[in-house]
Amino acid sequence: MKIGFELNGKAASLEIEPRETLAEVLRARCRLTGVKLSCEAQVCGSCTVLVDGLPVSACTYLAYEIRDKRVTTIEGLADPPGRLHPLQQAFLDHFAFQCGFCTPGMILAAKSLLDENVHVSDEEIIAYMSGNLCRCTGYLGILKAIRQASAEMKATWKENRSTS
Amino acid sequence: MTTLSRFEIDQPGSVAEASQMLGHYGDQAAIYAGGTELLLAMRHRALSYKHLIDLKVIPGLNAIKARDGVIEIGAACTHRTIESSSLVREMQPVFAELESQVANIRVRATGTLGGNLCFAEPHSDPATMLLVLGATVWIESARGTREIPIEKLIAGAYANHLAPGEILTRIVVPCGKSNHRAAYMKFQIHERPTLGLGLWLETLDGGRTFTAARVAVGCVSPFPHRAPVAEALLTGSRAEVEKHLPETAALIADGADLVDDHEGSAEYKRHLVDVFLRRTFLKAVGLRISS
Repeated sequence: MKIGFELNGKAASLEIEPRETLAEVLRARCRLTGVKLSCEAQVCGSCTVLVDGLPVSACTYLAYEIRDKRVTTIEGLADPPGRLHPLQQAFLDHFAFQCGFCTPGMILAAKSLLDENVHVSDEEIIAYMSGNLCRCTGYLGILKAIRQASAEMKATWKENRSTS
Repeated sequence: MTTLSRFEIDQPGSVAEASQMLGHYGDQAAIYAGGTELLLAMRHRALSYKHLIDLKVIPGLNAIKARDGVIEIGAACTHRTIESSSLVREMQPVFAELESQVANIRVRATGTLGGNLCFAEPHSDPATMLLVLGATVWIESARGTREIPIEKLIAGAYANHLAPGEILTRIVVPCGKSNHRAAYMKFQIHERPTLGLGLWLETLDGGRTFTAARVAVGCVSPFPHRAPVAEALLTGSRAEVEKHLPETAALIADGADLVDDHEGSAEYKRHLVDVFLRRTFLKAVGLRISS
């Protein structure tokens, strides 16, 4: 079947088989290998991508579901000139990764959280991120990075509001 | 990675059409909603279907409405829709809170309440609480509609009482009242909860006396169990109820068909029931939990 969708801000269309997962389509056909596969059981969060702004496990989510929806992968986060998203920069600043395998999923889940509510408490960050697992470096750097991005995004939000 | 076996996706225009499709394809077809459990089982070749009938494309099955003291939740509503619904948060906050703690955000954004109940995974949260809230479900087919209590839906581990061609279309949850006290707590150290305990109390005088009670425990046995015998001990003066909590917990455990599995022994689960009945009771009546 043919599906149309938006991929990282650009219109896209693909001929898919109903059984194809979103991870298979994104990795093998769109060459977006920032989508990582690990547990393949919706537990670890490595394969997190955003569909209409909400995180899904691309490993077990049919590509069929993205018809007429917006898909965001880690490749779509930086500005076109290459300026990193505040979350990407914050992850670098706080060294919030080691091997980096969980990082795309971590950043996308965090983006979904902050896009919904930039005024989050540590408790809310921890609860929301509890479904994304890191097996290298622990979670403190990740928490600090999300906290920093939240502060920056809050400042931008205020700036935009005062100038508009 | 194991690729899924080949199947078709069918898009019914109505529940009646979906039911006819089920009748037509028989064992070759399954209802497909969020797919969080179905697709996983298909990937592991535990289940195999040639047709998935997509319930989400049927108009109206993802709505939440209030009517005559109840909340009607469409079977295709995701856990995320329910946890964020101002209606559910206001009318039955304990259920909104439970939904906000189901699995992880990705499962909640995709998985549906209807799918969760029909799949009847033993380590699932919502059914246990719906038992004590007195929820019912609507079952529709080409032959008509019937409404049954949630107890009559779940048949066992991964088994429901739907007849061929029948589809769960809505979940009806009574609204909370100011004289109700309710709480759900779970214990989880693995991917899925080891125990979930739901408690509902009706009080006459701001919490000094309980006139009615319902309690259920899930995850510790093949399917969640209500404990009517134990419920009798949860009515009366608060002091008496609190004094009898250990006996009440023992009765809940006796009736729950506790199993030994990778989450722990039946004996261990009996201990958890005791700990969590007390914690859930204190949470329901609004006290801080120190242990």
